[in-house]
Amino acid sequence: MRNLFPDVKKLVSFYYEGFRDMSAWGRKVWLIIFIKLFIMFAILRLFFFHDFLHDKYANDKQRSKYVLEQLTNSATTND
Amino acid sequence: MIEHLDMSLVDWSRAQFALTAIYHWIFVPLTLGLSFLIAIMETIYVRTGNEEWKKLTRFWMTLFGINFAIGIATGIILEFEFGTNWSNYSWFVGDIFGAPLAIEGILAFFLESTFVAVMFFGWNKVSKKFHLTSTWLVAVGANLSALWILVANAWMQNPVGMIFNPDTARNEMVSFWAVLFNPVAVDKFLHTIFSGFLLASIFVLGISAWFLLKKREGWMAKRSILIAAIFGLVSSLTVVFTGDNSARTIASVQPVKFAAMEAHYYGSENAGLTAFGVLKKSDKKIGEKEILDFSFRIKIPGFLSIMTGGDKNTYVPGIKDLVYGEEDSRQILSVADKIRQGIFARDVLNDYKRAIMFNDTEQIRVIKKQYFQDKKFMNENFRYFGYASLMKPEDAVPNVALSFYSFHLMVMLGFFFILVFAASVFLVLKGSISKHRWFLWIALLSIPLAYIASEAGWVLTEAGRQPWIIQDLMPVTRGVSQISASSVMTTFILFAILFTALLIAEVSIMLRQIKTGPKHQED
Repeated sequence: MRNLFPDVKKLVSFYYEGFRDMSAWGRKVWLIIFIKLFIMFAILRLFFFHDFLHDKYANDKQRSKYVLEQLTNSATTND
Repeated sequence: MIEHLDMSLVDWSRAQFALTAIYHWIFVPLTLGLSFLIAIMETIYVRTGNEEWKKLTRFWMTLFGINFAIGIATGIILEFEFGTNWSNYSWFVGDIFGAPLAIEGILAFFLESTFVAVMFFGWNKVSKKFHLTSTWLVAVGANLSALWILVANAWMQNPVGMIFNPDTARNEMVSFWAVLFNPVAVDKFLHTIFSGFLLASIFVLGISAWFLLKKREGWMAKRSILIAAIFGLVSSLTVVFTGDNSARTIASVQPVKFAAMEAHYYGSENAGLTAFGVLKKSDKKIGEKEILDFSFRIKIPGFLSIMTGGDKNTYVPGIKDLVYGEEDSRQILSVADKIRQGIFARDVLNDYKRAIMFNDTEQIRVIKKQYFQDKKFMNENFRYFGYASLMKPEDAVPNVALSFYSFHLMVMLGFFFILVFAASVFLVLKGSISKHRWFLWIALLSIPLAYIASEAGWVLTEAGRQPWIIQDLMPVTRGVSQISASSVMTTFILFAILFTALLIAEVSIMLRQIKTGPKHQED
């Protein structure tokens, strides 16, 4: 463990210095990444993309029953 | 419920998935190919020690970084859509997709958080050899990461290595190796990554041509052209080979798609391959669907038969044969027969469902043993389960014009790129590429064409599979979630705005860096 510490420190400083010395285009794309991830997870996922089966049914048994019903529903013209 | 299925819901859900996938695919192929080109350039730098090669490597690495960063996580939206818009489908396939997508996620995480960081932050901080190894690992990792997604997609084209569990209404993987080495997966992976190499080569070639047109960065541009042209030529020839294999596999596992991509309606021996064709409407029909005819066609006699079976006497069934069957001589099962088999499978599943409902343990045991554990039932009936949901036999036919044009556009552009790469190698070795400004313009204008060819391949893959979301097992109408079409339309518009903004951001940041050029790249 004692030997691991300097390596972890080195690793942290590697990332820290990398981000600190980042070029202008690098900063710009990181900003875009954060905005994109915010829109995707804090807006789209939260408000628009709910897991349909997870929200509608409490457990897997109910979900299976629902999908089975959807799969076997014969109200097409084939009967 | 299915009986009140709103077709606009299916259409909007499909349109949204198509939009997301198309935009996502703008970013992916460049990452796949450019990572290898950078690794080759950096290898030359490490071997020669020439600082000009380092500058050149860093320039292309900057463009790679922009594309990688903007494209990152755009594929996650597809997974959002699975859970929201395609919940029946997601549930039905969940266990099959779980393993490949988990491997992809873990691989992508480790790749992105470690080796990409070394690539960008590690110059002058780690040894040259460690940096080079990281660059190669990014290239290999990015392509391996794509493998798992393509394995999942290949399963939708040719579902193998699973059994259906009627208790959970899910498919369960019984052979990971059958899923991984699905012939469609092998062909798809090779064809896709090599087409990514091709696209990236065109990208490097085109931008280098722009520098030569501007009489800038001559040293860097000519060397980039040479590497991209050789890499692109090898890749594009491999694309022809893998595409040929892929077509042969499609002919075997998705014969209707194969017939549609050639607009081949009537089966024959010595069937010709259409090298170029323009379709027109005809007065003939398959059911309610119009048969398309050729208003103009350049045909290579016998080549379609040779492609599918190795000799010109091979019979290639047409769309009409595949819909109506040819039970006497060719033993092609008609779609009507498949519908009957599918309905039988659905009725068995209905009986099973009722037995569960009434807790009839004896009936549950009997149906399971007699049907779901019986190979004959699973191979002859359940494999056509999805056909029970088709309204009429002609519904098994995809959009022929879309399949035909997307396929032929991709193929024509593929051969055009071979010529561009071959000419580039010749001209750059001859030392006269800068003098041929017309050729430099062709190389530059080829960049959007490479993207069009790449997207056309996916249009063929996905549109040609219709009406299926999982070939023969589940049509799109059964896979869709019963949500309101207007909410899907709203998110479609949101995605269109988000992705367009991302694309504009990528192009503008990239253009600025290209104009800056390799000499003035920031660290």
